[in-house]
Amino acid sequence: MSVRVLAPGLLTTLQDGGRTGFRHLGVGTAGALDAYSHAVANLLVGNAPATPVLEITLGGPRLHFDRAARIALCGADIDAHADAGADTQSLPGWRRIDIPSGCDVTLGACRRGARAYLAVAGGFAAPRILDSGSTDLRAAFGGVRGRAIATGDVLPIARSSIPARGTIGIAPWWIDPAPDLDFGTTIVVRALPGRDALLRDGALCAGAWRIDAASNRQGLRLQGEALALADPRERISEPVAPGTIQLPADGQPIVLLADAQTHGGYARIGHVIAADRPRLAQLRAGDGLRFEPCTPETARRLANEQQQRLARIAMAIAARK
Amino acid sequence: MNDWNVEPLGEDALLVRFGDRIDIAVNRQVHRVAAAIEARRPTWLLDLVPAYATLALFVDRAAFPAGVDPLREAERWLRQGFGEGFGLNDADDVAPGRLVEIPVRYGGDDGPDLEAVALHAGLSIREVVARHVAAEYRVAMLGFAAGFPYLLGMDRTLSMPRLETPRVRVAAGSVGIGGAQTGIYPRQGPGGWRIIGRTAVGLFDPVRTPPTLLAPGDRVRLIATDDMPAP
Repeated sequence: MSVRVLAPGLLTTLQDGGRTGFRHLGVGTAGALDAYSHAVANLLVGNAPATPVLEITLGGPRLHFDRAARIALCGADIDAHADAGADTQSLPGWRRIDIPSGCDVTLGACRRGARAYLAVAGGFAAPRILDSGSTDLRAAFGGVRGRAIATGDVLPIARSSIPARGTIGIAPWWIDPAPDLDFGTTIVVRALPGRDALLRDGALCAGAWRIDAASNRQGLRLQGEALALADPRERISEPVAPGTIQLPADGQPIVLLADAQTHGGYARIGHVIAADRPRLAQLRAGDGLRFEPCTPETARRLANEQQQRLARIAMAIAARK
Repeated sequence: MNDWNVEPLGEDALLVRFGDRIDIAVNRQVHRVAAAIEARRPTWLLDLVPAYATLALFVDRAAFPAGVDPLREAERWLRQGFGEGFGLNDADDVAPGRLVEIPVRYGGDDGPDLEAVALHAGLSIREVVARHVAAEYRVAMLGFAAGFPYLLGMDRTLSMPRLETPRVRVAAGSVGIGGAQTGIYPRQGPGGWRIIGRTAVGLFDPVRTPPTLLAPGDRVRLIATDDMPAP
């Protein structure tokens, strides 16, 4: 079975859990920016949590399913409906949805949040390149020939055994993404200290930041009262990671995301903790962002708690079968 | 050389620091230690990422039980396994790196900044090329883009600051000078280095094994050539 792309949306890419093991060659992580929504979408359709999905940015694609399919939409609150000829329904997020063969699924604008995840039972069959199906947009490989999906693309589904049906079925139960996601207009994320001290200690967390329109999958560019380093000397390039908060000379921080390069020469003034990175993925231009200080012990506890919530969600979904 | 310490890179990686300057001897130490770690690579090590003067160990946080600090465990593993000197002496030159030769066509459309570099250095174009191919380079690290080598060892007289405004499009294989370093763009894209030549050799192919022509720590010789397939 396969899905045909009738319209691609703004930036829709195939992403899985991302790529590890190749950073020493300059190859970054890629993968779903909001790993939490990505995992829940897969769990809802019975996939392993890191299976390839479509990551949809702000405005979604129109897709034609040639067979009956089980799908789920998580992440951003997105305008969505399915058209199966006689039966047309709007599609809510965070639910298991069964669609008949020949169904068109139209994803519109994200109402809240920036990235939605469409999973399909069996999983999108992305070729595994350097151990991952994720699209690396900067290096132009992975996913669909290293690019966003385009009109006319046919996306094969790895395997699926969804029985044929005539109508659209939407499960009456859903998954609540709180507290892991927050779609408020100002969100708070927690950050570990970075290597480089600011002139005014605590200025990062005191600042009120706005997301600049130049943000993308590489990083969120922030706007606010410029920060100054205690030691403004030039630095040499050192390894960086998704979540690293860089400070260029203009004093406006950049929070690195999954597509960031592997090394950077800017000062590192903090690191957003893993458990809060899904929230970063949901920020859009103009949204507010604040940082709260965190310790390694708290970061570890929060990451463990998030994994435990995902495990409980997996069990609850399995019990619905 | 026993001067190293560790610091966290967020919660994902432990950064081993040998210095904070670009220095060939320090960078060589980075690669020797990377090779020593690689030789007994633990299962929790996801990525081992060299840079000029630092080496990052990305750890698999899920491989450690709850309540254990993965970065502290990684540090303990390092200190127990390698001691303060990583078992290396200054006189040792383990892992000297492979020697890779790369043919480069200098000047013309392939090297639009060659004349500017010659003018800046006060040298003839011929002399710039002669000095650029005379050096044996060391791949300090691969970064910026997949397969992009930062090459150390360039003749200092050829140093030139980057372009004030980066080019929107630099051809794949372009050989550039950025400050005291030289490097090669694996694929077409924007770039701010002074472009003096181009190679037809592929530096990154994700479906090849290994995917990059060069590995960190490799040695590189550039060979001037007029004979090159069309781009």
